[in-house]
Amino acid sequence: MLWVGWKKKIFNIFAIVGLSFLLSACKILVLQPEGLVAKAQRTLIITSFVLMLCIVIPVMIAIVVFAIKYHVSNKDREYLPEWSESYSIECFTWGVPILIITVLAILSGYFTYRYEPSKSLPILRADEKSLQIDAIALEWKWLFIYPEYGIATINEIYAPTGQQVFMQLTAESVMNAFWVPQLGTVIYAMPQMNAKLHLFSEKNGSFIGMPAHYSGEGFSGMGFKWYSVSRDAFENWVARVRQSSLKLDRSTYVALTRKSKRNSVLYFSGINKDLYYRVVNRCVLAGSKCNEDLMRLAAGKSLWGRICSVFDDGVNSE
Amino acid sequence: MFGRLTDPTAGVLFALQNEPIVLFTVLILLGVTALVLAVLTFFGLWKTFWCNWITTVDHKRIGIMYVILALIMLIRGFADAIMMRVHQAMALGSEHAGYLSPDHYNQIFTAHGTIMIFFMATPFLFGFFNYVIPLQLGARDVAFPFLNNLGFWITCAGALLINISLGLGNFARVGWLAYPPLSELTGSPDTGVDYYLWSLQLSGIATTMGAINFIATIIKMRAPGMSMMKMPIFCWTALVTNILILAIYPVLAATFLLLASDRYLGMHFFTNDGSGNPMVYVNYIWMFGHPEVYVLILPAFGILSEVIPTFSSKRLFGYTSMVWATIVILILSFLVWVHHFFTMGGGVTVNTFFSVATMIIAVPTGVKIFNWLFTMYKGRIRFDLPMLWCLGMMFTFVGGGLAGVMLSLPAADWQFHNSLFLVAHFHHTIIGGVVFGYLAGFVYWFPKAFGLKLNRVLGLISFFGWFFGFYLSFFPLYILGLMGASRRLQYYMEPSWQPLFIVAMIGAFVIAIGILCMALQVLIVIWYGVKYKGNLPVQKNDPWGDTRTLEWSISSPPPAYNFANIPQVKTRDAYWNMKEEGYVRQTKNFTKIHMPSNTSAGFWTGMLSLVVGFGLVWHIWWLVIISFISAILVIILYSFFGDNSGYYLSAEYVQKTEDHFSACLESEGIRL
Ligand code: HEM
Ligand SMILES: [Cu+2]
Repeated sequence: MLWVGWKKKIFNIFAIVGLSFLLSACKILVLQPEGLVAKAQRTLIITSFVLMLCIVIPVMIAIVVFAIKYHVSNKDREYLPEWSESYSIECFTWGVPILIITVLAILSGYFTYRYEPSKSLPILRADEKSLQIDAIALEWKWLFIYPEYGIATINEIYAPTGQQVFMQLTAESVMNAFWVPQLGTVIYAMPQMNAKLHLFSEKNGSFIGMPAHYSGEGFSGMGFKWYSVSRDAFENWVARVRQSSLKLDRSTYVALTRKSKRNSVLYFSGINKDLYYRVVNRCVLAGSKCNEDLMRLAAGKSLWGRICSVFDDGVNSE
Repeated sequence: MFGRLTDPTAGVLFALQNEPIVLFTVLILLGVTALVLAVLTFFGLWKTFWCNWITTVDHKRIGIMYVILALIMLIRGFADAIMMRVHQAMALGSEHAGYLSPDHYNQIFTAHGTIMIFFMATPFLFGFFNYVIPLQLGARDVAFPFLNNLGFWITCAGALLINISLGLGNFARVGWLAYPPLSELTGSPDTGVDYYLWSLQLSGIATTMGAINFIATIIKMRAPGMSMMKMPIFCWTALVTNILILAIYPVLAATFLLLASDRYLGMHFFTNDGSGNPMVYVNYIWMFGHPEVYVLILPAFGILSEVIPTFSSKRLFGYTSMVWATIVILILSFLVWVHHFFTMGGGVTVNTFFSVATMIIAVPTGVKIFNWLFTMYKGRIRFDLPMLWCLGMMFTFVGGGLAGVMLSLPAADWQFHNSLFLVAHFHHTIIGGVVFGYLAGFVYWFPKAFGLKLNRVLGLISFFGWFFGFYLSFFPLYILGLMGASRRLQYYMEPSWQPLFIVAMIGAFVIAIGILCMALQVLIVIWYGVKYKGNLPVQKNDPWGDTRTLEWSISSPPPAYNFANIPQVKTRDAYWNMKEEGYVRQTKNFTKIHMPSNTSAGFWTGMLSLVVGFGLVWHIWWLVIISFISAILVIILYSFFGDNSGYYLSAEYVQKTEDHFSACLESEGIRL
């Protein structure tokens, strides 16, 4: 009867594994988007997958069928040992991939253009204002600054549903990448750079955020949360953050750049207005010269005499 | 005096003292080394070992040594992989959930990636180049036999250096391409990145030397009558691969030198301070890195183009298409590197350009698959082991290509980037394409090198282990990627991910069965070798039947001089054509043959370069200077005073060797 017991155990194991599969099946975030960008990306992913399947499945079937059909044991099949060239077949072998790739290339160009992360999303009306969040990847936590509200947080984002969020991203020292799978589009947060990203959430909810570029020892603990909430809830949250007694000035920031793992959420009311600009330009420490000024200095001496700022014109950076 | 070795903050013995796993591994490795040395001494094999292997300039022996190195490193890399798989299956909730600390885990994935690419795949491919190219071209050796020996020993030095990091100091924790500023002094102050830099620098130098050698060999040493368009496809892919290597490895060397000068000389190429720019490194390294993946896959394509016609008993379909497809890949592979960072915010124009360029590469690749398919069409297919690997490769590789095309769409890549979806994709193409392809070649040319085939039953288990193990191990990763799992996570917080990680772990164990059976196959052959005291009996030339290229026209294993007479080539499938025309093997009137002499200069230079690398890692400057000068000196001395004139194998010797072969053919009842 030992066997019966074992059978039961094995059955249980299978049941548990199967169940957890079902459970996990409900969490395929990239395919369950809640944001405009991620939805478009799902469409693109599925379309390209299906298009590719149109060629891959027949090829896979052909591999198996040919292998069986032309096996030596089938002596009565036609055998053409010298046949090695066929104009029409070669037109087909070059033509079919070219055809599929052409379709995909057009698709790719369209989506790349339409959802370019640095540009406003196509749905935005001219009068609509987006919410700006400046993100800084630190070792090993995310600092999110809301310049329009004068607040900042560690590892937590609240944003109103149905409003475009405009993000600027940089890193203090080691690069990382910002990823909220259900909203879409990973963008690198790189030191000395100012990357731009536009996201749009269509539904209330809490979305997991992942660090998407390895940044050292504490990397795995850099997960964060993005709460997409109603306008009122957002204002309430802002009010709550404002009650925090912590201020984000340059010296607090320097303290934050110290390495630490698994940081819990922190709120800062009151921020130094030009902090983000200074982080990008590496001049947070008192007395240090900003990169942009250094470049301007150097540019003055050179033939070109002109520099390109990493910031968009008119974007709230100072 | 002893540089950082005596610096308590450098943690020389840290890993040995704090990581029981490391201690255990190092002890086992030392034990195995001691055992091998003891066996060599006990059987009095040192002299044979030294004369026939270490100092050899014979391309066949060097090729075999490359493959042995690759197989050992495959096991090392796989041990890392299975440790990661077991760890991630447990690592839910906190950094202490698994059994590896973040520090150790991060070293392991870096070591796994680095070793698999630079010390498993690359030596494997040089093993094939060495063994097969001269034989297929109808040549007696490569163009520069000494360079070949030197390259092998420098590769070995690199492999040794990277493995020394296991015991002394640490290995890098920066990922296999070591992006700064994490790999700068600010991010990695200890020895890890230095080990990484210098061992790869050594392997890169050796690889570049090899490429020069094979380009020269293929251009200059083809048998009379073998025009470029009559060359076997494997040689074509090898030529293109070596051109690629010659173009990109200097880029890698320069990039690493810049990074090293940041670390050693206080420069600011890629630092955050002093006007350095880390993003420049990312461009440089991928300008190397992308073509590198084609360096790995093209020879595998070449192998398939040899194996499939043989086991379909049919000519390769679309030879000209194949050649052009390879050349198109050569050109395009320089134009796509940015697809590794579509997420950098390059803008519409840049992203679209590199996206379309990447997709265009899929065209020649697709053509190749179709051509193999039509080679099978109306053939007589035999399911010998090499053919099974090829079928497995074709079947699996198209899937990896599918994922690859999806990744080449920037807007889709913005969701896949650096997720486990990506990890699944590149293992799909690397295991399904590179590894399966190389193993097909391994099984295919094995009887040529040793005169007997690998055990078929074990081979079948090995194949199915790899095949199903791969699917079980990596399909969960596609799903995990879509579920939001990044790569290189030491732990995760989502309970729903764990079952899939467990399935992936089971898959890795199934692959382990495949690797084990492969090891057994090889052990059987070693036993066979021991039985004959290393003098393998001569076997018939064509064990598979219906082979097509020149290497199958000579005995297995081939004589030291390969071809008693250099063959005259008339058509593409030279040997197949010879058979059809009723070619008669010459059995008398041989002439003496010139051979290059063995030399130990390569070995000493290699070992000295290992010392240079070690000294650089540990900042022992006097050692670096002395060993560097000595290494150069050895080469200078060799070129002035070494025995460069070679020697002659007498006509009688050739006659005797060929008589052996004739006797063997006669006993098999084969027409001469
Ligand atoms: C044989 C079975 C193999 C298994 C089970 C395996 C498993 C893994 C795992 C678990 C990772 C880490 C994924 C992560 O970042 O979370 C990894 C990374 C990697 N593997 Fe493999 N691997 C295998 C074979 C190979 C082969 C044959 C190659 C190359 C020739 C290879 C090249 C790489 C590279 C380059 C990385 C990236 C390392 C990094 O993150 O820097 N792997 N592999
Ligand atoms: Cu690439």
